[in-house]
Amino acid sequence: MTQAQAPHLEDVEVTPWREYFSFSTDHKVIGIQYLVTSFVFYLIGGLLAELVRTELATPASDFVPRETYNELFTMHATIMIFLWIIPCLTGGFGNFLVPLMIGARDMAFPKLNAIAFWIIPPTGVMFLLSFFVGPASAGWTSYPPLSLITNKAGEAIWILGVILLGTSSIMAGLNFLVTILKMRIPSMTLNDMPLFCWAMLATSALQLIATPVLTGAMVLLGFDLLVGTAFFNPTGGGDPIVYQHMFWFYSHPAVYIMILPAFGLISEILPVHARKPIFGYQAIAYSSIAISFLGLIVWAHHMFTSGTPDWLRMFFMIATMIIAVPTGIKVFSWVATVWGGKLNLCSAMLFGMAFVSMFVVGGLSGVMVASVPFDIHVHDTYFIVAHLHYVLFGGSVFGIYAGLYHWFPKMTGRMLNEWWGKVHFTLTFVGFNMCFLPMHILGLQGMNRRIAEYDPKFATINLICTIGSYILAVSTIPFVVNAVWSWIAGAKANSNPWKGLTLEWTVPSPPPVENFDEDPVLVIGPYDYGTPKALEVVASTLAPPALAVEGAE
Amino acid sequence: MQGSTADQNQTDIAYAATTNAATEHHSEHPDLRLFGFIVFLVSESMLFLGLFVAYFAFRVVTPDWPPEGTEELELVLPGINTIILLSSSFVIHRADTAIKHNGDVKAARLWFGITILMGATFLAGQVYEYQHLGFGLTTNLFASTFYILTGFHGLHVFVGLLLMSTVLWRSRQPGHYSETSHFGIEATEVYWHFVDVIWVILFLILYIL
Repeated sequence: MTQAQAPHLEDVEVTPWREYFSFSTDHKVIGIQYLVTSFVFYLIGGLLAELVRTELATPASDFVPRETYNELFTMHATIMIFLWIIPCLTGGFGNFLVPLMIGARDMAFPKLNAIAFWIIPPTGVMFLLSFFVGPASAGWTSYPPLSLITNKAGEAIWILGVILLGTSSIMAGLNFLVTILKMRIPSMTLNDMPLFCWAMLATSALQLIATPVLTGAMVLLGFDLLVGTAFFNPTGGGDPIVYQHMFWFYSHPAVYIMILPAFGLISEILPVHARKPIFGYQAIAYSSIAISFLGLIVWAHHMFTSGTPDWLRMFFMIATMIIAVPTGIKVFSWVATVWGGKLNLCSAMLFGMAFVSMFVVGGLSGVMVASVPFDIHVHDTYFIVAHLHYVLFGGSVFGIYAGLYHWFPKMTGRMLNEWWGKVHFTLTFVGFNMCFLPMHILGLQGMNRRIAEYDPKFATINLICTIGSYILAVSTIPFVVNAVWSWIAGAKANSNPWKGLTLEWTVPSPPPVENFDEDPVLVIGPYDYGTPKALEVVASTLAPPALAVEGAE
Repeated sequence: MQGSTADQNQTDIAYAATTNAATEHHSEHPDLRLFGFIVFLVSESMLFLGLFVAYFAFRVVTPDWPPEGTEELELVLPGINTIILLSSSFVIHRADTAIKHNGDVKAARLWFGITILMGATFLAGQVYEYQHLGFGLTTNLFASTFYILTGFHGLHVFVGLLLMSTVLWRSRQPGHYSETSHFGIEATEVYWHFVDVIWVILFLILYIL
């Protein structure tokens, strides 16, 4: 490096790597901490899933002992839900994007933010260490009385872990709610917010309202397990159904905690790469709020076979089906946004469009299982496994990948390699559908979930699923290599590589500490693409910082 | 900013200058702590709501409630306790008034002290009641719900006492709380009212209904 270049390098603020391993209160550092940590847990949870699929490659229970099989699928779901999707979408993307999008310099409570993050790694390690004493093995739903009689030590660790992660989630939700409501720049009303912020607002309300009830259920379950009370133990006069109500009062809204932020990400990504204004801004924004509200009153559709009375089943069936309305509004709006657009089929857009199509499959099977007579037949079968993976993998995970490809340049200042991105997309899309589409058939034919052995007549389809899952495992390799390599040596990104209009694209990549030198003033709506004004605004975001970055090279 | 050869002081000054320049163009970070704290209490109330609803569910599914042979709850001690806790809410409000209207830290300290005494009396009464009840935590479902609900509330009272003690400790430093800056006092008061409201509901459903 020559003497003359030195001052330029000084100008570009780079967060030192040590910062990422410290108790940093910078929302961007915390966001990346969340993303990386949760991705590590995704790989671990994926490994557990591969072990489950390997066991299921053949009808006999011949790969791991049956008890181990129960532990594997229990911890797979626990890790994927509590340590991957929720922290990644809310903590990761929420933290990195929300303050930038609303023109704030940080979250409302930076220290609380850091505490919420630092609860997660130790809890995750605690879950993993529980494999030494036999982890929880009653399924991630942990229904009593089964959960009270299997692997007590592991179950106790599980309960403690869920309480801790729930607390972290409440802290994060509190922070997002206050930040979005109170920290916007003065020129931004609620209806000027990017749709991701609307989605995070709806999500944070759910986190705040539903999670404490789960904590209550966990405390009661813990007392049953460790002290010998009988809240949920029928032999002592308790009622396990009350647990199911408390559990699903949280865990159904948790589905929306896991999908609403992904809806938000997609609403950002599609218009940018279709170069068209979003279709139905207010419809998408308010449908997030509607989903959030309806999501709180549908929980007992998980309990149609738990002796729920008919009138109650009727109510929950209808309420559940009503959720398809706001969700459908979103899907139609996304399709209309893409329709006739000048599509830029980069990896982010591919994942974004795959998200819409895969989520529709999961949404449709969701309406099917919402219907009581149908649900009674497929309850606890592979149809449910297929449905939930289409929502959580085809939905949430595809949304996360789309978001990672879209905002990686902003987060790191480097571009991801597009060719490897497309390889990653193709493998993921093929592997995912090969793994989970046949499960619909398995379920309709009556194959039960959560059992290590099955009737040999299901062998062929199961083998296809297992091969699909291996493709899915392989598909993460190009992504991880691409991300690591690009972060170190990828092409430099300018401040607005996709020519976006939301505020995060007006600051350099990566954004400086405290984001904005002065309060930005809104000059254009978040999705006003295709207007002369948009050209002007994009040009203004590119001009000065791009020169600085090129100068540094 | 200077290169790496610049001495520490110079860098500090340069840094201070940039931050000042930045804040001039920037709206000040508003104080959102009280708003955030109230949102937290709304969330916390869902924990109690969940437990209350669970209590009613258990009550509905159990044939006789409380089960036969369970000792009746007596009302005198809990009644006195209720009066003490309810009046303490008015006492702590006087601290809030004192600090808000004329920044009178001394009066605020006094009212906080009295509230601590009342809260501690409530907890002592609760412990006394626990010791003299004819049933234990695991006797039957009714007993378990009784201990969980009152215990959870007692824990919140205890946290309230810790909060008030913290405020007392911090108020030793002159100027820590003033007419314009008194988040600690205000938040503790809101929290104490919250604990009170929870107790009223709890008292009604456990002892009266």
